[in-house]
Amino acid sequence: MSAEPANNIVTEAPKVDGPFKKAFKDFYSKLRKNKSALVGGYLIIILIIIALIGPLLTSQDPDAVDYGVKLQSPSAEHWFGTDHHGRDIFTRVIHGLGITMSIGITATMLGGIVGVFLGLISGYYGGKLDTIIMRIMDILLAFPGILLALALISILGANLQNVIIAVAIFAIPTFARIVRGSTLATKNLEYIDAMKALGASDTRIIWKHILPNILSPIIVQGSLFIATAVLSASGLSFLGMGAQPPSPELGALLSDGRDFMWDAGHIALFPGLVIMLIVLAFNIFGDGLRDALDPKMNK
Amino acid sequence: MFQFIVRRLLQIIPVLIGVTILVFSLMHLSPGNPAHIIAGESAPPSTVKQIEERLGLDDPIPVQYFNFIKDAATLDFGNSWRTSLPVSEELWPKFWVTFELAVYSTIFSIFLGLIAGIISAVRKYSIADVSIMLIALFGLSMPNFWFGLMLMQWFSIKLGWLPPTGWGTPEQIIMPVITLGTMGAAVIARMTRSSMLDVISQDYIRTARAKGLSERIVIYRHALKNALIPVVTVIGLQFGSLLAGAVLTESVFAINGMGKLIVDRILARDFPVVQASVLVISVIFVFVNLIVDISYKFLNKRIDLD
Repeated sequence: MSAEPANNIVTEAPKVDGPFKKAFKDFYSKLRKNKSALVGGYLIIILIIIALIGPLLTSQDPDAVDYGVKLQSPSAEHWFGTDHHGRDIFTRVIHGLGITMSIGITATMLGGIVGVFLGLISGYYGGKLDTIIMRIMDILLAFPGILLALALISILGANLQNVIIAVAIFAIPTFARIVRGSTLATKNLEYIDAMKALGASDTRIIWKHILPNILSPIIVQGSLFIATAVLSASGLSFLGMGAQPPSPELGALLSDGRDFMWDAGHIALFPGLVIMLIVLAFNIFGDGLRDALDPKMNK
Repeated sequence: MFQFIVRRLLQIIPVLIGVTILVFSLMHLSPGNPAHIIAGESAPPSTVKQIEERLGLDDPIPVQYFNFIKDAATLDFGNSWRTSLPVSEELWPKFWVTFELAVYSTIFSIFLGLIAGIISAVRKYSIADVSIMLIALFGLSMPNFWFGLMLMQWFSIKLGWLPPTGWGTPEQIIMPVITLGTMGAAVIARMTRSSMLDVISQDYIRTARAKGLSERIVIYRHALKNALIPVVTVIGLQFGSLLAGAVLTESVFAINGMGKLIVDRILARDFPVVQASVLVISVIFVFVNLIVDISYKFLNKRIDLD
């Protein structure tokens, strides 16, 4: 990372890519070199496309009840079978894919934005501000895994919106820590001193010169956290704390499936497989990207 | 070393204060007057007032916080709002169930994770390595509550080998432990592999090989010992997330542990029980991390001395 930043001074000259565009180009060229990052990336794109246009292609209404065909096993007509209300599980899973993915992505983005902001100011300004922010992050990290989300939901109430908020808060400390570390590593580089000497404001230095340079670790963390967020959020819905029936959110579908384990095992099978596919895609992408960006592994 | 331990002990004080403040405020940030919740919707104002006085809800907030800490330090968490039993009486039997589940799952994940990770590292890029890492990636990406349901479907419903629910007998323990421990095993396997590969590429391993030591001794006596150090950190973190992750596993297998207790009481708005459970788990987590930090430092120091 230490060799590239010097180029950024050039960004002051006209007709050169802006710092973010350059950062993204750089990012993309690294991404292309790593096969698993590419596979993960394509998988994510395919899942997003299915989530967007899938609901238009499935003819059935996800909530359409038909007791004539309840608890049927997978067939040509109902690919994934039907549930206890005779609803088509394939249609519900396709709708649920979009819901579950957007919960994970929204929560990660919300928490990520706050975490990145806190990490930037913590790392850049240091001192008391840094100490206070990082101690608060330590406190949030003292609640392992899903526990913080559960504690927050106990205050906020059990519904989908609160699950997003709870998972977002759970995301904040991990982003803040990583961004703080990267900011610390970047801010003492010579070109930042040069910018300061030229009279650039703190805001400008942080926004135009530090943030573009630490974008890669943020994207890696973002991808890996979406995986965690999808698992946590669907888990909370499974517990009845998140999406409520008749929402076809995948965790809620699994919760339905559990009640009919003895008569119709297929109900629980497919929603779980799709959750795994989403999580797998973001894990592969994040893993591959981390390897591509980690100079130690590049050898 | 002593200085390091003292410094780390001092560092956890602000964290513990923060955790207690956050847990304490659970009750106060939630909508609704606690006394109303306890007394019920239609209770006369005089009853509500009485309850407020009895619980000290009319004291200033800092006084209430101080009392909360004082009681919590003696493991007195007040009475449940739903069952009126002392919270600690409800909590401890369930705590031990969850603790057992987490300990067994940790042992399972260490055992499986280490073996898989070592095989992967020693046979780098072999079919065994690629398949182990692929399985680990799936293990990491699988919702464990779904995995639990699938196990139950096969081993209880289709084959009838294992009881689908409950906790206590050896047969009842198998599926929950596999369910909860798989993700940890995946994490440990990946960590062990990369840590082993790191160590194997180092000079002193080349020296050991050059001395003519057998590959077995090189791997198990020289490489493994040092490769395990970073794995220790992961194991510590795993134990904490297992305590919390038990919530889902307990729900799947209808295990009457702390996770199920938390979920039931959140839905019933029984805050003292939720407060106490969250506090107990996070305080344990903080101390487990402390122990991990210290042992990490200790292990690293030994390397320096070597």
